[in-house]
Amino acid sequence: MIKQVALEPIYLSRLQHYLYCSRQFALIELENIWIENQFTAEGQVLHQRVNQADQQKRGAVRTARALRLANAELRIEGVADVVEYHQQADGTEIPFPIEYKRGKPKAHRADEVQLCAQALCLEEMHGVAIPEGALFYGEVRRRHPVIFDAELRNLTLQTIIACRDIVQTNITPHAIYQARKCNGCSLIDQCHPKDFGKSASAWLAAQLKKD
Amino acid sequence: MRPLRNVIYVQTQNAWLHKDNENLVLKVDKETKARVPIHKLQGLVCFGQVTISPYLMAHCAENGITITFLNMFGKYLARVEGPASGNVLLRRTQHITGHNVEKSVAIAQTMLTGKLYNQRYVIRRYLRDHSEKINDEKILIDLQVAEKRLTRCLTQLTDCKTIDTLMGREGEAAQVYFGVFNHLIRQADFEFDSRRRRPPTDPVNALLSFFYTLLTHDCRSALETTGLDPASGFLHQLRSGRPSLALDMAEEFRPMVDRFVLSLINKRQVVSKDFETWPNGSMTLKDEPRKTLLAAWQDRKQDNLFHPWFEETVPIGLLPWLQAQILARFLRGDCDSYVPFLWK
Repeated sequence: MIKQVALEPIYLSRLQHYLYCSRQFALIELENIWIENQFTAEGQVLHQRVNQADQQKRGAVRTARALRLANAELRIEGVADVVEYHQQADGTEIPFPIEYKRGKPKAHRADEVQLCAQALCLEEMHGVAIPEGALFYGEVRRRHPVIFDAELRNLTLQTIIACRDIVQTNITPHAIYQARKCNGCSLIDQCHPKDFGKSASAWLAAQLKKD
Repeated sequence: MRPLRNVIYVQTQNAWLHKDNENLVLKVDKETKARVPIHKLQGLVCFGQVTISPYLMAHCAENGITITFLNMFGKYLARVEGPASGNVLLRRTQHITGHNVEKSVAIAQTMLTGKLYNQRYVIRRYLRDHSEKINDEKILIDLQVAEKRLTRCLTQLTDCKTIDTLMGREGEAAQVYFGVFNHLIRQADFEFDSRRRRPPTDPVNALLSFFYTLLTHDCRSALETTGLDPASGFLHQLRSGRPSLALDMAEEFRPMVDRFVLSLINKRQVVSKDFETWPNGSMTLKDEPRKTLLAAWQDRKQDNLFHPWFEETVPIGLLPWLQAQILARFLRGDCDSYVPFLWK
């Protein structure tokens, strides 16, 4: 067991990998496997625009791009695409995180969890409660509001804990083939979700017996 | 299955390669000669005087595209490796496994199983294709006996408990196999007596050595790409500077090189005047035929074979890479054994 691993923060962007597939998370996090495909490349292009760190103020809204975030207690860190600071009547500001995604709103909650984790960082950094943020989807070019309610916060915390478990135990979960997910995954050729279900030693023995 | 993406071989002298957005651009005298999307690449092999921008190198390194520099004659010069290469947990497991005799023997045993199985295939295939044409009764019997003895060696591998006994069995099989190798040559001006290396002193051995080197190089790249340490082997002893694991992995593919060499000879793609002899008796390929044979080797790698474990037809060039993945997945605990490539 490598003890230092436990102290390393989990990257915010990895949470959605875990929610998509725990094995995908482990392949990226533990095994350093990353393959670009069309979808990931499109995501990169979309992010090039927001990856430039800067800030500006327009009216009551101050906007920061590529803002570095961390939550020391949860040991998560990452970069927010955009955080708007909305000025309140009393002069205080409430951060409003916005994450850019390719495609359109999805059935699963991976994108929302990533955004919520950003909010958890911002809450710790600023000492304020953050009620909501937004996901900006490249395909529909529209903001999709996300409320950080108890359920989403709980799911986010559970995800962080599950990710940490994988990193600490250093075990890559076994593959479970699901056509819809696996065929869209850029790691399918590294993962081989269909092939490692069978016993290799039994297979080899049977092959040798055959002839 | 991952397609065998393109390997670009740059043979244009004084070419300048750089990155333009997501494209690789080849220029000669500031004139653009080619433009290729980088994501379609698997490797970049540069022959001779070819220059690459550092940004293109970094991009390739990050995306698992191997850049290899060879001299004009295909001799290996250098390789570019980026910061993202390698997986420390996998390497650590590999090294720990290397300390465990039982596990090392198990891995080495499966690899040699692959080798012997594939050696037997070379003989079986010859018997199947040429039996009627073999006039000499003795040759036919020799080959049939060799086939049976290889089968026996194959089963005896399972009983080996040490690397030394495994090596002994492998040596026995090699004697049987190379003992009949000359029977598989159907050109009078080529004759094979026994396997001689360091240096090879006849054309057949020169060819075998030459292509074994290329094979080991491919295995090494495949292991590096997969994040394994090519120097830390299970069968071959560790020695500084030696790619022991690449040599281990090459074992199961050697018979495929053998058959490739046989076909070059038997189809007269190589002839005896393609070789030159040096004062110490060593023999090498002349420059021009070497280029032709390199091209033939690249073509061969595009041919498809059935991979029984993955139950898919894959290009030969992808095999070392797939085997490296099986090994990595085994070391990471995805399956209970390494499985070699079985040629069917």
